[in-house]
Amino acid sequence: MKRQIIDRIVGRLTFIPAFAASLLLIVMTGVLCIRSQEILLNQSLPTLLFSSVWQPMAGKFGFLPFIAGTVWVTFVAMALSIPISLFSAIYLSQYAHRRIKATVQPLIDLLAGIPSIVFGLFGVLLLVPLVKDLIAPAFHISTSGYCVLTGGLVLAIMVVPLITSIAFEVLTAVPEDMRIASLAMGANRWETVKYVVFRKAFPGIVAAVVLGFSRAFGETMAVLMVVGNVAKIPSSLFDPAYPIPALIANNYGEMMSIPLYDSALMFAALLLLVVVVIFNIIANIVLIRVKRGIS
Amino acid sequence: MVDWRKTEEQLFKGLMIASLLIVLGSLAAVFIVVVIRGAPALSLAMITQTPQGGYYLGKGGGILNAIAGSLYLAAGAIALAFLISLPIAWYLNQYAGRSKIAAFVRISLDVASGIPSLIYGAFVFIIMIGLHERVSLFWGIITVALFITPLLTRGLDEVMQTVSPKLKEASFMMGATRFETLWHVVLRQSLPGIVTAFLLALGRGIGDAASVLFTAGYTDQIPTSLGDAVATLPLAIFFQLGSPVPEVQARAYASGIILLAIVLALSLCSRILSQRFKKYVIK
Repeated sequence: MKRQIIDRIVGRLTFIPAFAASLLLIVMTGVLCIRSQEILLNQSLPTLLFSSVWQPMAGKFGFLPFIAGTVWVTFVAMALSIPISLFSAIYLSQYAHRRIKATVQPLIDLLAGIPSIVFGLFGVLLLVPLVKDLIAPAFHISTSGYCVLTGGLVLAIMVVPLITSIAFEVLTAVPEDMRIASLAMGANRWETVKYVVFRKAFPGIVAAVVLGFSRAFGETMAVLMVVGNVAKIPSSLFDPAYPIPALIANNYGEMMSIPLYDSALMFAALLLLVVVVIFNIIANIVLIRVKRGIS
Repeated sequence: MVDWRKTEEQLFKGLMIASLLIVLGSLAAVFIVVVIRGAPALSLAMITQTPQGGYYLGKGGGILNAIAGSLYLAAGAIALAFLISLPIAWYLNQYAGRSKIAAFVRISLDVASGIPSLIYGAFVFIIMIGLHERVSLFWGIITVALFITPLLTRGLDEVMQTVSPKLKEASFMMGATRFETLWHVVLRQSLPGIVTAFLLALGRGIGDAASVLFTAGYTDQIPTSLGDAVATLPLAIFFQLGSPVPEVQARAYASGIILLAIVLALSLCSRILSQRFKKYVIK
């Protein structure tokens, strides 16, 4: 009898943290909403989002330069990382020998596990001089090296392992029968990938890309270190930018001394959270469907 | 005649191999660049001393404060996160079954593990202001625990799902309750994976800077209580790199080596331990 009681108690008790954990997201959004209420009451949403005047001392909070900075850096990172990750994932899932897979996968996991500050350090040490002395002069442009392109490069290296490993999982989950059928029809491996595997895996691939995008969107320290942090809308790859996470991280110290400033920064955090959560929900639902459809 | 189909395949295969080489090359580049630039400043004093007077002007001392701080913080956070995560994973695997609640919990945890650590930092910071609390080891631990919990829970959950249902059924058939099955069968069968998930989350906790920027503070002393501010290794790198003094910058690179070494050690540990625990797994 006692054993059954313990079992039932454990069942009830473990429900509590599970439920609490699933509420965390809602609580966080709620708290950030409350804290950004002040700025939202003070200024209209379109002004906040589409004004490019950032003068906290004068009470002017236009987030456009930061939104633009985030978008620029994220898109550069995605443009670089999507082809590289997808090609790598296709190679690993369709072509690579078992032994190559077994060697490369832990290395990709290792890359994913490197702290973002180290990527920032790497960016400062190698990529900033590279962009300043090699890439920009090739286009006859002078830059400090702390610019959109460098930020995008650092971010690309960081999201590649994430996209690669999810895409690899999705591609491996395509039923073997379908591949064999296509090969039996005389298609070569690349044609099989192009016409069969990739089409079947497409929703999952999109989900992998979206997850990579939202990781890049919220990445803070590494980007902050190499992107220049100038509150102006960048007009080229070689201009400095000031993404939202960098804005929040750089100003947490002084934000309490200027009225509305802390509320404005919390609004920025809320903006980040909402975008990331929406993307993540979509991607995760797609991934669940993909896995269920295949198994 | 040129076989276009074959040429196309060759072309794309070339692109794939090039991509993979770029990925592996960037991994190698990160290690090589940090090690080459950091090695000259690396010394025994770096890891055995706290910053002495004038450290930030290039004089003697080390970053023991940050190393110890990071270890305290990560140890506290992983312990707390594990205590929360394990019951959730149990619930999801054994008690919730395929219910809607389980699906909801799983997806909210997945989404939560995609939220930038900075946001967790901001969230805890707001709570600290509300409670009139100051930056401390305690709040640092809370922040890091919060942000690695979703990750760890889903890791444990995935691992436990891979335990063969036949084994569980065998255990039930012997009259074991669900909890007894969890404790004696599922836990032991998934031990290799649990170790991996645990060390992965620990690595995340040690390496993260953005979340503790608001909540843990920074100090040159090794914390002696939960109420003290605490330095962390990533922030030590960040602050030293911002210094105009070349010697201090060089130490930032050297601190980078220390952090990389910790990450590498965790990764190796995880492989070795999970290999060792595999002997319990019944195929």
